Amino acid sequence: MSKKLRLATVWLGGCSGCHMSFLDLDEWLFDLAAAVEVVYSPIADVKTFPNNVDVTLIEGAVANEEHVELVRTIRRNSRMVVSFGDCAVSGNVTAMRNPLDANSAEVVLDRAYKDAALLRPQVPHDNGIVPPLVARVMPVHALIPVDLFIPGCPPPAPRIRAVLQALIEGQTPEMIGAAMLKFG
Amino acid sequence: MTTRVVIDPVTRIEGHAKISIFLDEAGEVSDALFHVTEFRGFEKFCEGRPLGEMAGITARVCGICPVSHLLASAKAGDDIFAVQVPPAAEKLRRLMNLGQITQSHALSFFHLSAPDLLLGYDSDPAQRNVFGLIAQQPELARRGIRLRQFGQEVIELLGGRKIHPAWAVPGGVREPLTPENRERIRSRLPEAFETVEIALDFIRDYIRTHREEVEHFGNFPTLFAGLVSKDGGKWEHHDGWLRVVDSEGNVLVDQFDPRRYYEIVGEAVESWSYLKSPYYKPLGYPEGAYRVGPLARLNICESIGTPKADAELERFRSYGNARGIVTSSFMYHYARLIEILAALEHMQRLLDDPDILSPRVRAQGSINRLEGVGVSEAPRGTLYHHYQVDENGLIKKVNLIIATGQNNIAMNRTVKQIAKHWIHGAREAKIPEGLLNRVEAGIRAFDPCLSCSTHAFGQMPLQVTLFAADGRVLDVRSR
Ligand code: SF4
Repeated sequence: MSKKLRLATVWLGGCSGCHMSFLDLDEWLFDLAAAVEVVYSPIADVKTFPNNVDVTLIEGAVANEEHVELVRTIRRNSRMVVSFGDCAVSGNVTAMRNPLDANSAEVVLDRAYKDAALLRPQVPHDNGIVPPLVARVMPVHALIPVDLFIPGCPPPAPRIRAVLQALIEGQTPEMIGAAMLKFG
Repeated sequence: MTTRVVIDPVTRIEGHAKISIFLDEAGEVSDALFHVTEFRGFEKFCEGRPLGEMAGITARVCGICPVSHLLASAKAGDDIFAVQVPPAAEKLRRLMNLGQITQSHALSFFHLSAPDLLLGYDSDPAQRNVFGLIAQQPELARRGIRLRQFGQEVIELLGGRKIHPAWAVPGGVREPLTPENRERIRSRLPEAFETVEIALDFIRDYIRTHREEVEHFGNFPTLFAGLVSKDGGKWEHHDGWLRVVDSEGNVLVDQFDPRRYYEIVGEAVESWSYLKSPYYKPLGYPEGAYRVGPLARLNICESIGTPKADAELERFRSYGNARGIVTSSFMYHYARLIEILAALEHMQRLLDDPDILSPRVRAQGSINRLEGVGVSEAPRGTLYHHYQVDENGLIKKVNLIIATGQNNIAMNRTVKQIAKHWIHGAREAKIPEGLLNRVEAGIRAFDPCLSCSTHAFGQMPLQVTLFAADGRVLDVRSR
């Protein structure tokens, strides 16, 4: 048998719905486990993004400074980067804060944390612990080149399966037709 | 000098978080903190959107419990329409919520926590996940996966898709249940019962053989809060009165309309987390810490109201104090499994109800009130959606109080207690990986959903602002 595909899944600013749809692969996860090695994922315990990854699925948009760093590392260490779901592809719901102020996240933060009625009103800020938000939420390809886009909010499990199946067989997934390309 | 050890990121939870452990010179734990590091700001960007869009948008708060947001949002809409939903719609919403509880609890137990409980805290971190479980315990892994799938299918058969269905609407639901789909749900119940019985046997055994762990796993007194049924204070997940009970079993709040939550819930902000800390106002912060979710729901209810789950509840209470209140956060795992059992029994009952196939599932209405609150028990605890709209039904203000946030104070105490119990004389700030994993497991017991929990914006709980048509502030009332 050929070497197992090294697969990583990552979440940035999203709702984890794309990862839930990944888990909706259900018993096909058994087949997947036989064909790939999951080397990094929020549902696994490896804490640093590894080297030499074949495919990385990214859920969510780039929303804070840690995401910016992480996507750069992902690009350096992955042969193929996949924007996984509408938030990664377009910013989607996560980017809905952008029109409020194109240059800063302050309005949303102040609204959330500085209301006079709250006890200890303040924007959370501890250095190195709570990552500052980026001014504008960005889709992944705004920062790094992306090799494949899987739309959907979330992409339905059969779509994810078709992509992974092709990748395992060493082919480029064919992203054509409503079954593969629909947003939302 | 204190040294700080940071676990980054906390894994096998739903969302982004870190944990800090502070060590004194002797390598003993002086403190520990749980940090939530994400924020999206829903409440702000929902402003100006039509009420009808809210279910679709707020479902995207969370991909794990979109149904909870959907239901809370639809109920806030019912309140604004000032309509009563048809009986079949109410029952169908319940059915979907039971599917949601099943899938979400199965995810927490089998996919996320079972690797710790079955493979061990100190097992190889590269294998300590659902894929490792598939490799080492295939039979159980398959059962867990199929149980979650069953819950997801209930949601799909009702709402047309597994994640983010746009099915519940103000006034009821969009589609009735077909007889074929009722049979499909029914046909899968026996296997689901079998799986949960196996998991219950396992967890009781685990509790018996891991006394020390259970005793020091977030075990402390707090208040417990959640909904109970309007008839006799039974276990409730969809519509009921708010009840708050302390660890001695004293009932502090009862028969309370949860739509008035802001009278008793306050929120505090800390510099080290995007997650705010709600607390019970009469006791202040942080003394007013309360827990929500499976453990709380079992602690506050009189009974579950179905035979199998009630028998299990009695066993559960035998692990509690003299008043039958269970205070160890480890017991969330056990409570979650009992709730799956309860959900399956309640589903069975609903499927046998002749109302369930009725085509009358939606009351028509329009904007009849300018403010509405919808409350639902999400898998992780009580969820509040609070909207203000203008005459045209455009959203003026949104407040979401998310289940997980309400466990924030308790989650912080839990990591501290576990760290203090297990970590001693850490040399050069080096702590064995397995011990750090135990601390993380304390968080996993709460099954926090952080995608959800950092959207709460927390103005309306304490203050109501009356606006004139042109947006001028007419009156501000703090409460
Ligand atoms: S694309 Fe949709 S499902 Fe995926 S993270 Fe974004 S909001 Fe959630």
